[in-house]
Amino acid sequence: MTLSARGLALGYGHHTVLRELSVDIAPGQCWAVLGNNGSGKTTLLHTLAGIRAPLAGTVALDQRSLAELNAGARARSIGLLLQDEPLEFWGSVLEYAGLGRYPHRGVRLTAALGDDGIAREQLNLLELGAFAARPLASLSGGERQRARLALVLTQQPVYYLLDEPLQHLDLRHQARVLAHFAGLASQGGVAVVMVLHDPVLAWRYCDHALLLYDHSAPQTGARRDILTEANLERLYGIPVTL
Amino acid sequence: MRPAQLLILFAVLAAGSLALGLLAGSVPISIAQLWPSLIGGEATGPVHDIIFTVRLPRVLGGFACGGLLALAGALLQVLLRNPLADPYVLGISGGAGLGLLGATALGLGYAAAHAAGLAGAFVAVIAVFGLSFRGGEWNLYRLLLTGVVFSSGCGALISLLLTLAPQAAVKGMLFWLLGDLSAVTSSGWAWLILVGLTLLATLYSNALNVLSLGRNKAAALGVPVLKSEVAIYVGACAATVSSVALAGTIGFVGLIVPHVLRLLGVTDYRWLIPGAALIGGAFLTLADTAARSVWAPLQVPVGVVTALLGVPLVLILLARRP
Repeated sequence: MTLSARGLALGYGHHTVLRELSVDIAPGQCWAVLGNNGSGKTTLLHTLAGIRAPLAGTVALDQRSLAELNAGARARSIGLLLQDEPLEFWGSVLEYAGLGRYPHRGVRLTAALGDDGIAREQLNLLELGAFAARPLASLSGGERQRARLALVLTQQPVYYLLDEPLQHLDLRHQARVLAHFAGLASQGGVAVVMVLHDPVLAWRYCDHALLLYDHSAPQTGARRDILTEANLERLYGIPVTL
Repeated sequence: MRPAQLLILFAVLAAGSLALGLLAGSVPISIAQLWPSLIGGEATGPVHDIIFTVRLPRVLGGFACGGLLALAGALLQVLLRNPLADPYVLGISGGAGLGLLGATALGLGYAAAHAAGLAGAFVAVIAVFGLSFRGGEWNLYRLLLTGVVFSSGCGALISLLLTLAPQAAVKGMLFWLLGDLSAVTSSGWAWLILVGLTLLATLYSNALNVLSLGRNKAAALGVPVLKSEVAIYVGACAATVSSVALAGTIGFVGLIVPHVLRLLGVTDYRWLIPGAALIGGAFLTLADTAARSVWAPLQVPVGVVTALLGVPLVLILLARRP
């Protein structure tokens, strides 16, 4: 089982932001994606999730191209946390998190057995249990971010692609969220790929890293080979001490 | 209250509105008089005629029209992700109005003018879709703006026609523009569209729920986004065109009924879609009953009554909200 990208080039129209990226992501691994603003982190995650076509190259899930895969089957395997989402949802926090079951129940109108249980479990995990009946729109920014994480966890994919999972979170919840996802990956059943801005957190919680440089080919591999001071200084253009 | 109980209440309300629509009017009819006519006992007489040739077609037409408008409003609010979207925002009313009024101004008869109105509505649907769809990409902001601009253009031409038209024709034109159910004869086809669309939209309501999270999230959860959006557009347009063909451009129902349901706590589209069809139908039936009985024998355009009844209702619901 792998999610593998070969020779990816990503961009918009004539503007290429990222080229020559090949990577294999397997369950059991936890990846950090690091790069400056505009280096293509979000575009990469959207492409790996199959909701955006690359300019060149392919993304395959277990040797099957994402472009050919049925959208429902793809969504049962790959979950994507977006960096931002338009807030046009009138329902409760529980109803919101429950939408993560969509790939599993599709158009069936009755919730499959235990679906509410799964969403509730994830809300409790993210300390939102007491907020379940409240309208999503009434939550604070950090609480809403946790609700978004709960939706992705309720989706129960094999590959978690998380675009800035820590945004708006207080320090305690940052640590809890990172520990939870790193723990999920270490149990071997799932892979986690997360966009982070702090190389210290990447070193602490991830075992693999993907560096997106502004003007040269990206680097991928095991943490100890990639997260070196020299690489990070080249990436960020400032002195870095780990 | 649980959504299922609420939906049963809505169904009772809908049935009640139909009954009231048959009983009330310039000639009041009692339930005792209504019953034998409905079960077919007494086949003649003035009461029977009033019920079957005057009130029943109008009540059924009004209900179908209201249900279709509310359904179209709910669908367009998902598609455009805009709470202010209503069935007329995409130019259908403008196109239909321009066609109908233009034909009337040219001196064409009732049937020809209605055919021209229908043609105008279809032209608007196709033109607005075509102008917003480019190279396999559908930009919904462009769709919304194209619809609004198209509507404004039609509105200007309609005002021009109203100014130039002979005085005698203007009152009929205004009635049509405000919405009027007095000319409805048969609405079987509209009911077919209402029931079909309600079933279809309810069946896919989970996808509507997911689509309200935005295109990227919906795609990531496995919804075929472009296909669904085109289907929603076609469905909403079919509903709007049918209601406009029945009774002109009745305002307020399509915008407000979905919001009333949300204010009552129905936010899940699994319940909101059938709820909108029932409440939209009931609301318009009651509004039309009021429009033809309160000032009887004078009839006012139902579009005026929907706003007069709806505005205080929505303001009360909004004020109750914490």
